[in-house]
Amino acid sequence: MAELARDTLREMQLRMLRIRAFDERASKMVKRGHIPGTVHTSIGQEAQVVGATMALGTGDYMSGNHRSHGHPIGKGSPLGPLMAELVGKATGVCKGKGGSLHLADFAVGSLGESGIVGSSIPIANGAALSSKVLNNGKVALAFFGDGAANQGVLYESMNMAGVWALPMIFLCENNQYALSTPAHTVTSGIISERAAGFGMPGIKVEEGQDVLAVYDAVSAAVARARAGDGPTLVEVMTYRYNEHSEGLRLGTDYRNADEREAWLRKDPIVLFRQYLASQGFSEEELDGLQATALAEVDAAVAFSDASPYPDLSVAFDDLYTDKESAA
Amino acid sequence: MTVMSYLGAIGAAQREAMDADERVIIIGEDVEANVYGTTGGGKSRSDKGDFLQRYGKNRIRNTPISEEGIVGAAAGAAMTGLRPIVDLSYSSFLYMAMDQFVNQVAKNRYMFGGQASMPVVFRSAMFYGLNTGAHHSDRPYPMFMNVPGLKIIAPATPADAKGLLRSAVDSDDPVLSFEACLLWSTKEDVDENEFWVPLGVARTAREGTDVTVVAISSSVPEAVAAAEELAKEGVSVEVIDPRTLVPLDRNAILRSVAKTGRLIVAEPAHRTCGAAAEISALVAEEIFDSLKAPIIRVTAPDMQIPFSPSLEKQMYPTRATIAAAIRRVVDLPALQPVATAV
Repeated sequence: MAELARDTLREMQLRMLRIRAFDERASKMVKRGHIPGTVHTSIGQEAQVVGATMALGTGDYMSGNHRSHGHPIGKGSPLGPLMAELVGKATGVCKGKGGSLHLADFAVGSLGESGIVGSSIPIANGAALSSKVLNNGKVALAFFGDGAANQGVLYESMNMAGVWALPMIFLCENNQYALSTPAHTVTSGIISERAAGFGMPGIKVEEGQDVLAVYDAVSAAVARARAGDGPTLVEVMTYRYNEHSEGLRLGTDYRNADEREAWLRKDPIVLFRQYLASQGFSEEELDGLQATALAEVDAAVAFSDASPYPDLSVAFDDLYTDKESAA
Repeated sequence: MTVMSYLGAIGAAQREAMDADERVIIIGEDVEANVYGTTGGGKSRSDKGDFLQRYGKNRIRNTPISEEGIVGAAAGAAMTGLRPIVDLSYSSFLYMAMDQFVNQVAKNRYMFGGQASMPVVFRSAMFYGLNTGAHHSDRPYPMFMNVPGLKIIAPATPADAKGLLRSAVDSDDPVLSFEACLLWSTKEDVDENEFWVPLGVARTAREGTDVTVVAISSSVPEAVAAAEELAKEGVSVEVIDPRTLVPLDRNAILRSVAKTGRLIVAEPAHRTCGAAAEISALVAEEIFDSLKAPIIRVTAPDMQIPFSPSLEKQMYPTRATIAAAIRRVVDLPALQPVATAV
């Protein structure tokens, strides 16, 4: 394991706490009707998100999926415009046009989330193609779940990335359920082992609740990509604590209580706090990180609350680059 | 000026675009070998391919047969600094990438609040009329007209094929180019210097005063031939080629029909929800009082394209079917029911 600076370790915990606090607040806001529609939270998956996003450089690209608030937060996006987007405000990161399913913050390399499972994988692949053609040293990473691992476009993309040696990381967030369907009941074999068929390394991170384990695995893939040695598939085992989406009540017990308890005992934020304490971080400092994250989320909600909804006059803006083309 | 074929003009435009901007790349199946004749020397298909030698493998890339992956990667590349031209060869292959076209290419700029630009061109050829069977004969541009966020061109002449493609490559919005194989060998004098035909501007292929025929793609030369035939009988026919279907030059169409009072719309696509239906509705909504006769659509019927030449050649608008429609609208008084023509 690489020796990381204390600032980096602190930032990892802070970003995980931000994601937890942001999504817990978003969940409440959905239930109170303050956020229209629904959201898909990353609660429980923070280590996997932050380990991957912090392994990327500031200028590197990534594409997300439907469970994707954490990705831009993990990459350093400010919370205010993200929260305002969830509410549908004009100050949202997508001006209120995207919502929870379509957060994007190009300023941090976030090329957007997709509500269609697997659909954003080739977008990141294309960003990797850009980097290769323009020779600018950037890498790209596609986040996708165990559900998307069974979409054909993943394998079209892995093949193209392999044959062109693109600077690309395919990051499978295996939270073990596609909505209510256990991954093992619809997935033949091991996802990470599929990499072999494309001549690229396939890495499985069993300890996906350990942010450092994820960080190390993805850092190695990033280094490989940046060196011109091509793509890597990284499968990270993790678990979502909440329902597939907030407010969803399936009425079936597709996940048993023992399983959930076992994963809760490996909570990524608690685990990393223990690690940080063992590295000499004081309790006061660790409590301070928690307070900082909560205060940032409070400020993000205040920013959203104070922001206007978009005026009808901007409804057609950004359909095309020129206004004349909009009917 | 120099004589260029429709296909050669596309090649010339691609070469100009590659020379003008290093961010332009060409990806697609078989582009390295110039199989479809647009990554070669230009002017005509028979010119030896030299794009690969000229621009190298970094900018001329053969792809695997993976349309969804290709279209998505082109979108991602366009969002991050390249200006790809994607050669999808047959228009029927676009269906393989429908999710990427509809959910990523068309929507990303809007749903990300303008953060994404999508300067990418998707070229494909409609192989209809060549006995290639039901899987290779599609004219699918109307279904993409139903997807906001895409721009759509359908050139009918070599000059437009060259000039529209340059504008498409320069556009920061995604453009789908639907090219007609039936027109590949059409030749005319084309400016060998750079020029751009603006998107969204129709061309008056022939001026007239009695009837307007709005014709699309390979229906344009058929409409012009029909107009010449009717001129002998004293009927003055105006032929409008929209050239760009999105954005559509509504004003050019409305101006012409306001002048003539009669409208025929001819296109090789299916009848239901086709471009002809949209143009008919536009005229009916905007200038109904100018109409002296019912609008007639001349289209392909709503059915599969049969293989046998004896069946297929009757499926698309011809000079005869367009002329028959013109005769109907000039011979019959307005407001009398007119049977729809195929």
